[in-house]
Amino acid sequence: MKAAVLAASTVGNPTVNITIFVVFVLITLGIVLRVGRTNRTAADYYAGGRAFTGRQNGIAISGDYLSAASFLGIAGAIATSGYDGFMYSIGFLVAWLVALLLVAELLRNTGKFTMADVLSFRLRQGPVRTAAAISTLVVSLFYLLAQMAGAGSLVNLLLGVSGNWGQNLTIAVVGILMIVYVLVGGMKGTTWVQIIKAVLLVIGAALMTVWVLSKVGLNLSDLLGHAAAAAPAKEKVLGPGLRYGLTDLGKIDFISLALALVLGTAGLPHVLMRFYTVPSSKEARRSVVWAIWVIGIFYLFTLVLGYGAMWLVGPKKILASPGKANSAAPLLAYELGGTLLLGLIAAVAFATILAVVAGLTITASASFAHDVYSSVIKKGQVGPDDEVRVARITAVVIGVVAILGGIWAKDQNVAFLVALAFAVAASANLPTILYSLFWRRFTTRGALWSIYGGLISSVVLIAFSPVVSGGKVDAATHKAASLITDPSVDFHWFGLENPGIVSIPLAFLLGWLGTITSKETPDAAKYAEMEVRSLTGAGAEQAVTH
Amino acid sequence: MSTTPTRKGGSGSAGYEEVQASDEFAALRSRFRKFVFPVTALFLAWYFLYVLLAAYARDFMAHKLVGDINVGLVLGLLQFVSTFAITMIYARWADRQFDPTAEKLRERWEAGQL
Repeated sequence: MKAAVLAASTVGNPTVNITIFVVFVLITLGIVLRVGRTNRTAADYYAGGRAFTGRQNGIAISGDYLSAASFLGIAGAIATSGYDGFMYSIGFLVAWLVALLLVAELLRNTGKFTMADVLSFRLRQGPVRTAAAISTLVVSLFYLLAQMAGAGSLVNLLLGVSGNWGQNLTIAVVGILMIVYVLVGGMKGTTWVQIIKAVLLVIGAALMTVWVLSKVGLNLSDLLGHAAAAAPAKEKVLGPGLRYGLTDLGKIDFISLALALVLGTAGLPHVLMRFYTVPSSKEARRSVVWAIWVIGIFYLFTLVLGYGAMWLVGPKKILASPGKANSAAPLLAYELGGTLLLGLIAAVAFATILAVVAGLTITASASFAHDVYSSVIKKGQVGPDDEVRVARITAVVIGVVAILGGIWAKDQNVAFLVALAFAVAASANLPTILYSLFWRRFTTRGALWSIYGGLISSVVLIAFSPVVSGGKVDAATHKAASLITDPSVDFHWFGLENPGIVSIPLAFLLGWLGTITSKETPDAAKYAEMEVRSLTGAGAEQAVTH
Repeated sequence: MSTTPTRKGGSGSAGYEEVQASDEFAALRSRFRKFVFPVTALFLAWYFLYVLLAAYARDFMAHKLVGDINVGLVLGLLQFVSTFAITMIYARWADRQFDPTAEKLRERWEAGQL
């Protein structure tokens, strides 16, 4: 009985998959231990001593950004719903232009370690830092949840770990490993893990892309034709609308998602924090340029991989597998290169989750230690060593929360969970970032209204959307497509799955309204300092030299 | 978070407020904004045009051009092309036009000429 279950629910050879993954873990742990020894100051722990080059940081940003959602989620979304999955990748990519043109360099020139450094620069420190730290924690937790959910479905598929406890144990192992990376390696170690992972991921995806294309004589049109022929929806998979276009509400949901994707990136705290790991704004610019190239080319690969999986594996088989849509890329790897390629791709996917989770954890812990503990609770009267100690403790707490959350959310599609994190980031963070960089009059009240308004509205709308309860009920399993799968529990009243179209404009509006109704006179001196620093780079934080 | 006076770029010369009020800084700021704001408006408009077409002009997007390659795929790939192009144009502009101007302003400031 047990053997039969295993044979049905896993592909490839679990021993091979686990071996390749363990090799990756040992190599990266070795590197983390090596670089961890040079972690002396807060700037080392939070920002890798600001000593990475633009190219290194750009590749690390790609590693951070090409999470399980990008690799597994987008490939899976294209493999099962065709063109609408491709939409995700376009939004995720175009979003980088917002970061490149409006945010990255100015942020590097004015801030120190966290997003809150910039937001609270010329406003009242305490309340604004607290608000920014809360929204950093919420966005990071949403994102963490998505990554851990991805880990759950991968485990199911690849390691032959069936049964609840086995899966939970593996999620816990991933979480513990990640805590070790962060504690020992700090930002330096995390960055190297991300660089290695990004290189492996791009090579793996390139290999599979060439493999798929060589099967159709490099003819993209033939690939699309074969894919459409293999899908139940036939020709419809080649055009938009399969997932979102059926109803008027579906169309608005699609636009809402598109808005959240394009405005979310430049508000993601773990992405913003990466700009502090380079020595200057010029290198921050170079980082984004590198990231855009790597990410863009990778998404072109996922287009081929998604349709390739639709053709060679088939949507039915993908959806019937334990990891559902998330297993499209691994199943395609097995179809192409058998056990060994599957093992490699599986290890890369695990590495992805590990690296992204580590990046999120360090961001969230830095935000708590630097913004809440050091600046708000201790009013700046705290030594850097003490602050880093608190950051390490926070990292452990966040790691434990991530493990529990991952166990809870393990069956969700990860691309879609990440889209929610983007919606929260675009609502709670981006309006305040743009206002404080570009609007002279912006006040503390505007910032607080915008951050809390965006945060609360997006989270509340998600809580009462079909994402949480009352989703479409599957005819075969009688389960709702929501976090709460019991169809009798239904408290949703907001029709859209993505709240962006309501919460993002609302946050911009609240930021404006809070400012014009506030009697606070803007701190002209601080604004002058911020503006001059942001554009000229005068007084920017310097790299650490050992 | 607040910067100590010793770390100011122009220690011993003009303060931040004087620099901000100077004509040179106003020119630098306007140069920056005149580049990034229109480009941002442009790529957002082009992105949302694409999104709206995908939502409301499905037949147009599904119209086949060559073999199984349809309008939607071509427009989607053009989003990649425009993103890469804007990235290159901006990086070139910033390296060759903006950075030298900002650099010059900082040097004059440090030399006490503002």
